[in-house]
Amino acid sequence: MTKAFFVLDDGRIFEGRSWAATGKTFGEAVFQTGMTGYQETLTDPSYHKQVVVMTAPHIGNTGVNSDDNESSKMWVAGFVVRNPSSLTSNWRSENDLEAEMISQGIIGIAGVDTRAITRHLRDRGAMRVGIFSGLDLSREEMVVEVRKVPAMTGAYLCEDVSTDKPYVVKSVGEKKFKVVAIDLGIKAATPRALAQRGVEVHVVPYNSTIETIKALSPDGVFLSNGPGDPSTMQDVVETVREILNAEIPIFGICFGHQILGRALGFETYKLQFGHRGINQPVMDKNTKRVEITAHNHGFALKAPTDSIFTTVYGPGEVTHVCLNDGVVEGLQLLERSAFSVQYHPEAAAGPHDASYLFDRFVDLMSKYRNLDPSGVRV
Amino acid sequence: MPLDSSIKSVLVIGSGPIVIGQACEFDYSGTQACRVLRSEGIRVILVNSNPATIMTDPEFADATYIEPITPEFIEKIIANEKPDAVLATLGGQTALNAAIGLFKRGTLAKYGVKLIGADVDAIERGENRELFRGIVEKVGGESARSAICHTMEEILEAVKVLHYPVVVRPSFTMGGLGSGIAFTEEELHQIAGAGLRHSPTSEVLLEESIIGWKEYELEVMRDRLDNVVIVCSIENLDPMGVHTGDSITVAPAMTLTDVEFQKLRNLSMDIIREVGVDTGGCNIQFAVNPDTGRIIVIEMNPRVSRSSALASKATGFPIAKIATKLAIGYTLDEIQNDITKVTPASFEPTLDYVVVKVPRFAFEKFPDADPRLTTTMKSVGEAMAIGRSFPEALMKALRSLERKEAIFTWPEQVSVQERDALLTASKIPTEYRLQQVQKALWFGASIDAVYEATKIDKWYLNQIVLINERAKIIAQPGELTPELIKIAKEFSFSDAQIALLRGATEEDVRKARHHFGIRPVYKTVDTCAAEFEAFTPYHYSSYEEESEVRPRAKPAVIILGSGPNRIGQGIEFDYSCVHASFALRDADYDTIIINCNPETVSTDYDTSSRLYFEPLTLEDVLEVVHAETLAGPVLGVITQLGGQTPLGLAAGLKNAGVTILGTSPDAINLAEERGAFGDVLKEQGLTAPEYGMAASQLEAISIATRIGYPVLVRPSFVLGGRGMEIVYDDESLAGFISRATDITPDRPVLVDRFLDSAIEIDVDALYDGEELFLGGVMEHIEEAGIHSGDSACVLPSMTMSKEQLVEIRRATLKIATGVGVRGLINIQFAVAQDVLYVLEANPRASRTVPFVSKATGVPLAKAAARISVGSTIAQLRTEGVLPSEGDGIAHGVSVKEAVLPWNRFRRSDGRGVDAVLGPEMRSTGEVMGIANTFGESYAKSQISAFGPLPKNGKVFVSLADKDKNSGIAPARELAALGFTILATVGTSQFLAGHGISSTHVRKNSQGSGPLGEPTIVEILNSGDISLVINTPVGRGTRQDGWAIRTAAIQRSVPCITTTAGFAAAVQGIRALQRENLSVKPIQSWLQS
Repeated sequence: MTKAFFVLDDGRIFEGRSWAATGKTFGEAVFQTGMTGYQETLTDPSYHKQVVVMTAPHIGNTGVNSDDNESSKMWVAGFVVRNPSSLTSNWRSENDLEAEMISQGIIGIAGVDTRAITRHLRDRGAMRVGIFSGLDLSREEMVVEVRKVPAMTGAYLCEDVSTDKPYVVKSVGEKKFKVVAIDLGIKAATPRALAQRGVEVHVVPYNSTIETIKALSPDGVFLSNGPGDPSTMQDVVETVREILNAEIPIFGICFGHQILGRALGFETYKLQFGHRGINQPVMDKNTKRVEITAHNHGFALKAPTDSIFTTVYGPGEVTHVCLNDGVVEGLQLLERSAFSVQYHPEAAAGPHDASYLFDRFVDLMSKYRNLDPSGVRV
Repeated sequence: MPLDSSIKSVLVIGSGPIVIGQACEFDYSGTQACRVLRSEGIRVILVNSNPATIMTDPEFADATYIEPITPEFIEKIIANEKPDAVLATLGGQTALNAAIGLFKRGTLAKYGVKLIGADVDAIERGENRELFRGIVEKVGGESARSAICHTMEEILEAVKVLHYPVVVRPSFTMGGLGSGIAFTEEELHQIAGAGLRHSPTSEVLLEESIIGWKEYELEVMRDRLDNVVIVCSIENLDPMGVHTGDSITVAPAMTLTDVEFQKLRNLSMDIIREVGVDTGGCNIQFAVNPDTGRIIVIEMNPRVSRSSALASKATGFPIAKIATKLAIGYTLDEIQNDITKVTPASFEPTLDYVVVKVPRFAFEKFPDADPRLTTTMKSVGEAMAIGRSFPEALMKALRSLERKEAIFTWPEQVSVQERDALLTASKIPTEYRLQQVQKALWFGASIDAVYEATKIDKWYLNQIVLINERAKIIAQPGELTPELIKIAKEFSFSDAQIALLRGATEEDVRKARHHFGIRPVYKTVDTCAAEFEAFTPYHYSSYEEESEVRPRAKPAVIILGSGPNRIGQGIEFDYSCVHASFALRDADYDTIIINCNPETVSTDYDTSSRLYFEPLTLEDVLEVVHAETLAGPVLGVITQLGGQTPLGLAAGLKNAGVTILGTSPDAINLAEERGAFGDVLKEQGLTAPEYGMAASQLEAISIATRIGYPVLVRPSFVLGGRGMEIVYDDESLAGFISRATDITPDRPVLVDRFLDSAIEIDVDALYDGEELFLGGVMEHIEEAGIHSGDSACVLPSMTMSKEQLVEIRRATLKIATGVGVRGLINIQFAVAQDVLYVLEANPRASRTVPFVSKATGVPLAKAAARISVGSTIAQLRTEGVLPSEGDGIAHGVSVKEAVLPWNRFRRSDGRGVDAVLGPEMRSTGEVMGIANTFGESYAKSQISAFGPLPKNGKVFVSLADKDKNSGIAPARELAALGFTILATVGTSQFLAGHGISSTHVRKNSQGSGPLGEPTIVEILNSGDISLVINTPVGRGTRQDGWAIRTAAIQRSVPCITTTAGFAAAVQGIRALQRENLSVKPIQSWLQS
């Protein structure tokens, strides 16, 4: 049993046991409160450059399988758990979590007081962190190393996670629509959710131009989730404005929602410790219905929640708010086909309460193509 | 959508007596409901027959009816009170059935009362198996293949398709009553036959067996805007085949991926929508095939359940409270989360800890009962523990059970044969299967082998292997280092377990641990895994880095609860603890409750200033005391309210330097230790039945010879009459000793003179060192020899003269003074031939405190708590806590009746266990009847406890020789009341000799007559008898009496086993014939 250290940039150090790959790793320390779905979390590109602290105490119980991956690899910069499982029990499991993490070089730490860490991050805010295991470094040396790491504010990360080449996810059954999905760190569950609704999804790199997009003559454009600070995304914001001008329906989630917001002229800001979990209550302001949703965001959009706002693309409104803290969770334009949510309707991991948003996107595309929702040309 | 303003008054239906499958979790939920409704300014009308509940305290409702929970009585209440709505989803199956009854008799329509929480259609859809199957199918789920049957013929036909084994489930019963698994046709006859009888609709469901599948339960809530949240997922460690109430359960689910969990979540949401529970909660159970993931929906309860209480305590999300708010119009987003204060109730709690619930059984009370765990619930209580890992929570939960057999041990290695025997034994689920599993693994059985035997998920088995591995490390010779202690404590090995492994004493381990400064920290249950700040100090221990106990300013009183419910120690003690907390908070103290029973009101975070969900062992309590002493001033610990559990800790706490409030441990010992107590009595000039203490069988016989038979024998130091028996001769005395005790000089046997036909008296009193307040003098209906917990009693006493009452008071004062009581004392007296004998004294809150408090309107437990922190009775009189002068006075005549769980148990041969009262307590709960006369009050108590007494019909009477004389008067009166008496030959001739005519029927052992004359058992089975009087002959399964009693129990025919009970029943019947029983709220009684 090798000692390992979880070293925060404010100097607080938690001692634990080395787990999974050893060595050192750095990133932004964030906590994730989901009780299920560690595999989806590990493979979610939005966690790129983040060291994720799992608040659920037992992790790894069900191993890993190839169906539940959200991308081709694990993205987290480091993984912090209290009790990793030494035995895997699930009929779908193909590998032990620890073995999988070692093969992907993911550094972990186990046996730390994850609740104390969470409380610390909650009170002091997300901050830089390093995990050190199997290394002979003094506490001071470790803290100094952590403080050299770039902060998440101002981080431009989508080039690390986006696909190099476009690829197509076929529709399930008859193809009714074509969507271009701009990959800012897309999760597999999103094209899957669209494909189930008869949508053929063309996933394109983050830096695809408006011409490339238009050349595909899509029925809609999807702006994916992804890591980093939305204020660094000026190029994509410009592309989105072009799409808005072209009046192609837009649906953005998470990072994509922040980018749509910025395209409409709103600012984004960094939350104290973010929303990362699968139990977040969000209210649809128009229906008053509450949905329990999956979140993973450290930034949020500043937009007026109490009235209709005006943009160069016409009036719009905030449609969803988080009931825990009032954060803007969704918006739409009222005279154009564009809307977005800050959370994850594709879930994975998390509840499926918000899957109706994909239907809403399909409805917008039908109107745009003058089709009825069943896909028959009128 | 805010409060529904059309609801100005609500009738809340409680759940009645504590029975297996329906315990104090419904006091917890009902109490929350009453509080919520009153805080909204709604007039609350409550009906519940159980006096031991907090909810029936007069201050929790505007009109509290301690009346039978039957549609007939509730209709009378509705007629009196004209409520706008009835809330029946918080009182268990009893309340739900009553609501359906009210609907069917047209009461709801007649008085224009609406059912809130769940409407009749939703209840029907949730509970009617055929309708529910349809719903499951509609939402795309799967049910087990099954058939609904109404006759044995249909059952036999159906099993041809489903194949054995088949699961049998009767409709509309609670706690799985009457259900079971049949492997053969013979078993099918037994189980399904009983099921047909138990089901109010004579309907049973046969189902394909999914034994061994993984089992899950989800707690779901929905509001009128169709917002749905899943409060908690619970996974059963015991796979399908064991009733959830009897299973070890874990929250949250440990062995599902998100994909699989979301499937269960989606199904749950679709089901609650389709069933139409639109303002409240429900739970839905699933089975998951461990090899394929195939999901089967088992059932749903369209109401708050035992699991809801567990889920509430496990997550901090108060389901009953929120269900009540939803029922009166609020939506989830409008309700604030009490714990975080900033977030709404429309979210799903997330846990950063593991919760383990373990059941507590009472098989030792029913030695004839089949010990196998099945789909019929048999446990009488449960303990819950919280830890930051499964092993930590499990180890805590096991020691919370307060049974040495439950705690893991690591004995010397054994032979392969013994190991394999353990494996074989573990195939059949029984009370200690997990301990068998742990030992088999310790002895080297592989996880695969244990999985094959038990189907317990390998993840859990591996966790137990991890515990065993640590035990091995701890046991290694060498110094007890801080590292080693940490390794042990991380998995919650107790100091005692470490000591056992290392051949040291618990004290030595504790000293070493404290020397190294290794103590637990206390984390908070906060619903949100620390995402938001928690304002509710609901704590559990863990050996980790950071403690969350906040500093305090006010002096604090620590109240020890009573742990898991068991026969002899149940809700009554929780009642006293809760009252103490309320009283002391009112008096401006901080109160700190330690308890591990998730069903209780005491473990509601609203009840105390701080709640520690911890096992009630010396180590765990000392650590809380230490942590709280660092946090602020601690006045001391109250140990006298939670029953024997805290009382047993008092001496250890005192030795460790902790202040015990109230009666001192020395005084407790004085009352408990026979010799010392005998001296007190002698000093005070009081008489006790002669007795002796025997260290051998020979000695026991010589003592019995000296004091004369019959004698009462029992092992020393027991609770609830464990192992007690009345014997009439040398032979049966010797038999008892060899059968029931391991007699040694260290473990002597007590031999008491048994006062035949004596009247037993129970007294609850308060003493402050100066003044005595006599709470009440209760007279038992059954004579001495029947355990006081199983005996009916009446307050005020019916036969004591004024002089006798004065003498009782004087004796009570003498004992309270002699023992040195500060607070409550309960004394049992017996009156035989005008001599007052002292049977025993317990310087603590008794089982009868809540009953006396209800009957007299005096909050005894509150007063006791105040006395233990130094208030005097005089002061409490001035404050109005106690009456300004005099003793407690009963308003009306109140009868307490015990409720017995005979119908829960069967012998291994499938037949019923004997339903005979004795010195060993077996009742699980109690009811109260209150009226102007004894007859009416007794009749009400019988209706509440067992169902109505008959007004006419045939009564079977069979009296043992010793009871024949006392049976004459009631038999004569019964005949005069127009009943036909049936009797077997002896009783028939005896009655004839006293001029009472009866019809002679054949005994069971005689078989049918030559002309086909039926035996009494056959007549009973034909449903032709409306009441059975059968007093047992000595001990043992005398075949005839046993056959009669079990036949009566299985047919739900009232069965009375004492002549005193017979006499009381006759008075009740007379009252029933004479008039229509009326209802009256307790608040009106107390004013009269």
